[in-house]
Amino acid sequence: MELVDYDSQIPNNVELANDERLKRALEQWHPGYLNWWNQMGPSGFADSEVYLRTATGVDPKGWAQFQYVRMPEYRWGIFLAPGDPDRLIGFGEHAGEPVWQEVPGEYRAMLRRLLVVQGDTEPASVEQQRYLGATAPSLYDLRNLFQVNVEEGRHLWAMVYLLQRYFGRDGREEAEALLNRRSGDEDRPRMLGAFNEDTPDWLSFFMFTFFTDRDGKYQLEALAQSGFDPLARTTRFMLTEEAHHMFVGESGIGRVIEATVSAMSSAGIEDPYDTDTIRALGVIDLPTLQRYLNFHFSVSLDLFGAEGSSNAANAFAAGLKGRFNEHKIADDHQLVGATYPVLRLDGTKIITRDEPALTVLNARLRDDYANDCANGVKRWNKAIEKSGIQFQLTLPHLGFHRRVGEFGAKPVDPAGNVVPESTFDQVTASHLPSAADRAFINSLMLPVYDRGSYARWIAAPKVAIDNKPGDFEFVRLHA
Amino acid sequence: MITTTGLLRQHLIDPEVCIRCNTCEETCPINAITHNDDNYVVDPDICASCGDCLGPCPTGAIDSWRIVTTPHSIADQLTWELLPEDTDENHESAVQTDDEVQALLEVAHQGAPRAVAPKTASVPHLNVATRHSPIIATVMGNYRITDPHSDSDVHHLVLDLGSHAFPILEGQSVGVLPPPAPDATRPVLRLYSVSSPRDGERPGHNNLALTVKRVMDDGSGAPGLVSNYLCDLVKGDQIALVGPFGDTFLMPTDPMSNLIMICTGTGSAPFRAMTEFHRRHLPSGPGKLLLFFGARTRSELPYFGPLMKLDRALIDIELCLSREHDVPVRHVQDGLRDRAADVLELIEQDATHIYLCGVKGMESSVRGVLTESIPDWPTREAQLLREGRLHIETY
Repeated sequence: MELVDYDSQIPNNVELANDERLKRALEQWHPGYLNWWNQMGPSGFADSEVYLRTATGVDPKGWAQFQYVRMPEYRWGIFLAPGDPDRLIGFGEHAGEPVWQEVPGEYRAMLRRLLVVQGDTEPASVEQQRYLGATAPSLYDLRNLFQVNVEEGRHLWAMVYLLQRYFGRDGREEAEALLNRRSGDEDRPRMLGAFNEDTPDWLSFFMFTFFTDRDGKYQLEALAQSGFDPLARTTRFMLTEEAHHMFVGESGIGRVIEATVSAMSSAGIEDPYDTDTIRALGVIDLPTLQRYLNFHFSVSLDLFGAEGSSNAANAFAAGLKGRFNEHKIADDHQLVGATYPVLRLDGTKIITRDEPALTVLNARLRDDYANDCANGVKRWNKAIEKSGIQFQLTLPHLGFHRRVGEFGAKPVDPAGNVVPESTFDQVTASHLPSAADRAFINSLMLPVYDRGSYARWIAAPKVAIDNKPGDFEFVRLHA
Repeated sequence: MITTTGLLRQHLIDPEVCIRCNTCEETCPINAITHNDDNYVVDPDICASCGDCLGPCPTGAIDSWRIVTTPHSIADQLTWELLPEDTDENHESAVQTDDEVQALLEVAHQGAPRAVAPKTASVPHLNVATRHSPIIATVMGNYRITDPHSDSDVHHLVLDLGSHAFPILEGQSVGVLPPPAPDATRPVLRLYSVSSPRDGERPGHNNLALTVKRVMDDGSGAPGLVSNYLCDLVKGDQIALVGPFGDTFLMPTDPMSNLIMICTGTGSAPFRAMTEFHRRHLPSGPGKLLLFFGARTRSELPYFGPLMKLDRALIDIELCLSREHDVPVRHVQDGLRDRAADVLELIEQDATHIYLCGVKGMESSVRGVLTESIPDWPTREAQLLREGRLHIETY
């Protein structure tokens, strides 16, 4: 077996070099991980040098080290945010007790499940995005894709660390299984729906990083509240990296909008629905953006699960998973007698009903998420507004195009109207990307690998990464 | 409210670039960052410019600064859709606020006044700590690194930066502010090249190292004020630092790049930092390191022991000793002449960067050798300068 110099190859702050048991477990897992990366990670580009950020510590200096790296040689590390020795459990039945440094026996199964579900999403998105490198709109975007990919890889390491360090044989088996499931595979799919969808093009990628990675932010933040301290510290550090992924999405769509409105203005086109003329300019018409948005927002909402959930209630009561920003909420953190307004389908009407807050935690997390999405959309709209073009992007209603929960397979249109079953399929289809939309987007997906050049359908970034100019050689393709 | 009669460098967040991810607010150790539904903003009354938030920001929006006389209030910032204009007038004034640092750097860079940073250098942070708000570092160690019997007393100082973010790149300098003399009108400031790499003397511990030679005679017969102050510090002492300074004498981050480093005495400090970066992060290159190191004797050569222990696959070292009894007299220019063929071969490659650091006198003799041994050196020198591949810092 290949010996690994753990301190240099696997930057960590968990004293890996001194933990024989963990070292052995990782030695077993590491070759499988590299195998998985080579098989399922970015297709091609293994020899390219990518200007990547590597975390080598959690202190301000170690956080973001930028260097040219070949991806298979990326140093995936294991980091926990600094701990607070006096930290107390912030919610649930154990509120006020010191946080746990080891897994409490009674919650072992529940905690393992939380880790596995979170862990499963990390390699899944790498798999979904593996062919995008072939059609990157610029070296800058190519670099951002790879940064997202290596960091999702690191997030898998983070979850595997917790499984192997705290869950013995079960944990090791789960860690193996994380490498064996495959996004979109019929026999052994990834655990959550959105992570089995295709990410076939860059517009989907930007939508995915904006909407689906944002689900990650909310899940991780809720786990960062955990009474199981190693989980809280692990996810807190992951959140900082997750922010970059959302940046890629938000600025990516922002740049698409900028390219569209500026091409429309130059050509003197005011009508955003003049699709053929706009598409002929080689940019993406705003209504198509809206349909992609509808799709990605709705499938991301499904990731929050059913509104009412006893699992979520149990995890909260146990002190394992809190609410978003639990530590900033001023209440009893027990939810005794508290209610929360939830959207419910009542015949042909959608109503708001107050329900016991503990039972509808998923709905609350989903609502927090949707508000965050709305703020991002608002910023995109500012750019459209400035151009004078009469069009606004909107989030569809929470009930539109859902497969999970209260609105699963229910005939709700994007405005939140319940429509007759007979017209439902047609209504849904008209608000989601059509085959023609996808074919058009696909026709734009031609790689632009010249330094400082950007595909016509996307504007150059205002600020590139690490303060580099837009014409920096972010990826050396043939190093 | 901060009251200032002069100019203030205000920390702001670019609302056009920010994605409101909350990372900065989460990171700030003193809760100087807040937000509403629209914007994330920095409270000028609280922000201590520690820089902790800079690295984690995914967008770069956090790295926005304006020179102002009256700080922009939080209430104003919360309504912004754009950052206010950055006027040239302010920048000119800002430079004047630390004309002494500027003057020191200009003198040090006289040999290559129009140098630009290497293309793949990381972007340096500058002036994170100013005279108005220097950071206080703690001495963790102060060791003499030349032979106790030699005349040359050179010290290796390790400074702990506590919780302050003070991001330094290899080749940058810091300013040291010794305690003011009772009759001084303006505090003294001296620049020192940092001799540890970006991740510190000890990674993960937020520290840096300086290499300081004790000056026995500052030209007027008196001992050097700041160098003696530094060499006499003991563990636990606190010192005030400003900076970082320097945005051109920097290292390329490309692993393919070759570095030719030419130095005498404590001019080795930036090269120790660069070499250490390569040792830690790029041990197998593929770029080459070639060091020309001049000193009178082995015992006067800072870091002689550790330097000799470095793997020859990592760095090719050409020692040039001028007063050692068992080897011929050689200065750095002699070393360069002896290795002219190797130097030429490297210079022919676009990935090669040349650095000179040391006493002013070496510059002309080094240039003399290069002119005689490298065809068409003057043209080449101009080109190297333009391409960010030649850097000279002398004192």
